Amino acid sequence: MKIHEYQARNLFAQYGIPIAVGDVSNTVEGAKAIAAKTGYPVVIKAQVLVGGRGKAGGVKVVGNEKDLVAEFTRIKNLTIKGYAVEQLLVARAIDIKKEYYVAITIDNVKGDAVIIASAEGGVEIEETAKTSPEKILKFYMQGARTLDAARWSPVVQKLFPDARLQKSATDIIEKLVKLFFEKDCSLAEINPFVINGEGNLVAADAKVIIDDNALFRQPEVAALRDAKYDDADELEAKEKGLSFVKLEGTVGCIVNGAGLAMGTMDAVNLMGGKPANFLDVGGSSNPEKVLNALKIILRNKDVRVVLINIFGGITRCDDIAKGILTALKQIDIPVPLVIRLTGTNEKEAQDMLTAAGLNIFTSMRQAVVEAVRLANKENVHTH
Amino acid sequence: MSILIDQNTKVIVQGITGRDGSFHAKQMKEYGTQVVGGVTPGKGGQDVEGIPVFNSVKEAKEATGANAAVIYVPAKFAKDAMLEDIANGIELIICITEGIPVLDMVEVKKALDKSKSRLIGPNCPGLISPGKSKIGIMPGHIHRPGNIGVVSRSGTLTYEVVFNLTTNGMGQTTCVGLGGDPIIGTRFVDVLKLFQDDPDTRGIVMVGEIGGGDEQTAAEFIKSYVKKPVVAFIAGRTAPAGKRMGHAGAIISSGDSTAEAKMQMLRDAGVNVIDFPDEIPQALAAKL
Repeated sequence: MKIHEYQARNLFAQYGIPIAVGDVSNTVEGAKAIAAKTGYPVVIKAQVLVGGRGKAGGVKVVGNEKDLVAEFTRIKNLTIKGYAVEQLLVARAIDIKKEYYVAITIDNVKGDAVIIASAEGGVEIEETAKTSPEKILKFYMQGARTLDAARWSPVVQKLFPDARLQKSATDIIEKLVKLFFEKDCSLAEINPFVINGEGNLVAADAKVIIDDNALFRQPEVAALRDAKYDDADELEAKEKGLSFVKLEGTVGCIVNGAGLAMGTMDAVNLMGGKPANFLDVGGSSNPEKVLNALKIILRNKDVRVVLINIFGGITRCDDIAKGILTALKQIDIPVPLVIRLTGTNEKEAQDMLTAAGLNIFTSMRQAVVEAVRLANKENVHTH
Repeated sequence: MSILIDQNTKVIVQGITGRDGSFHAKQMKEYGTQVVGGVTPGKGGQDVEGIPVFNSVKEAKEATGANAAVIYVPAKFAKDAMLEDIANGIELIICITEGIPVLDMVEVKKALDKSKSRLIGPNCPGLISPGKSKIGIMPGHIHRPGNIGVVSRSGTLTYEVVFNLTTNGMGQTTCVGLGGDPIIGTRFVDVLKLFQDDPDTRGIVMVGEIGGGDEQTAAEFIKSYVKKPVVAFIAGRTAPAGKRMGHAGAIISSGDSTAEAKMQMLRDAGVNVIDFPDEIPQALAAKL
């Protein structure tokens, strides 16, 4: 889960990581009040959870109140990658002498937390990693939750010339590491991590991503979620125990298992169709899930056919069939259903659905071909 | 022969008194797996489907001589279940549980690295050596004993692949589900090595998906080590970038975690990468 920069700054402040004074506001009056406290120049930053806000004109330094009002109003009216700017951060602009990069994240293959640091901050770290990998230092935590001083000092000495900065950087990075572990982060990043006019280290930006799997034990952080960035259908699906991602095509897909769901989308594409969604009904056999899945998929008016592809394992085919029959009774299904059921209890399922006049495929290929044929047919009955 | 598990593997079921644990304990036992015990703290002395329940892994291991454990406990207890197995020297740990926090897995990984235990999963369907032993949640009846090794990051997609193999007369030595999480105990290269070294495995099927870099690492390994024919299927060619596709690990985060990039690297390593799961038997037959 991503959180906004101002929320990440609040976490930094809680942990004692130095940040530029400032606050967030959604009104010009509020912005003026913040700037009056911090003093000019200030930087105004659009709070959006998508990258590239700088290029989109969402960040601006201003030196007086007149410019603040003009720029605040301009940025407030921006739409960045489809998202309206609601909150703006107003903070004292830092007199930047030098920019560094520091972050802590997880190396999945090693299964270990790693600190990534570079004396070349302020730019895309991925770019530096490609062009000059030697400028990036990696420090593996080796399963520990605190810095191992003996291993860490040579690293920090490479980054900072003098002992005072080495000590200050170590102190700040220790706090970042603490935050990372205590808040179940998958990323805690300071970019740029700067030396200011007074020669002190300050976090000039704050980026924190929280592990979705750990939100159950991080209620305070979970409450920071900005629901605007979650698709309403995707959220509803999640609440109903389904995993759903909307796509651009016309073939609605209901599948059990994430891998088979992706495989089904690919198959639709391969046969000349376009999948309308990714949908995994999960492993359990609750017939309600099929009903809910159909409801969500049929809300998408581009859908011209629904392909149900089930390979029964824990999921029992007869439960899926029950769900389909319930849905047929309870909701209007204005598009054709193409059903493929095989695996656990397939015979019972086929009997139930055949009795209701539905045609069942046992081959995935045949079902996909039929679904694509129906979706691509001219003058197909749509809703 | 088979890899990792066979008719002699003795398994205990952690979370055996729960809904999933009791159901699958019964299924595994019916398949012929030696399910020798179950563990649920505080419920020692009971039995589930005739399987004795113990309070701890230590007790269960001492009483039954178990060398494997399968975990069905909820995500928030899974870390402790795995650490308990590692501390008690369980050789093979299979974690079915989905949704485990990443930092919990960092802790488990550290303990694993210092031990002789091997972990399969988490967030996986388990593994099966057809006709000998099944540890996990896959439908046993679609498998047949034979000489194809299957290794996969997915569950149901693996069933689809196995079903196609079996209906075309191609049985399996062992089918291993690695799991859909970013941090997993056993990766493609580990299982590819075991299949290459197993005299009975004649061909290998690898089922990958978007996200991470394991298929690329596998491609390099195949080039240098694997002499047996490998056929691969990679799911997620139509997945949009930046979206998590069900599995926590299935997200395109950079150019080389796309399906196309993985397929190309595997092709460069001499792997036959097919477009549709039902093409696997023919592709394998051509090379055997």
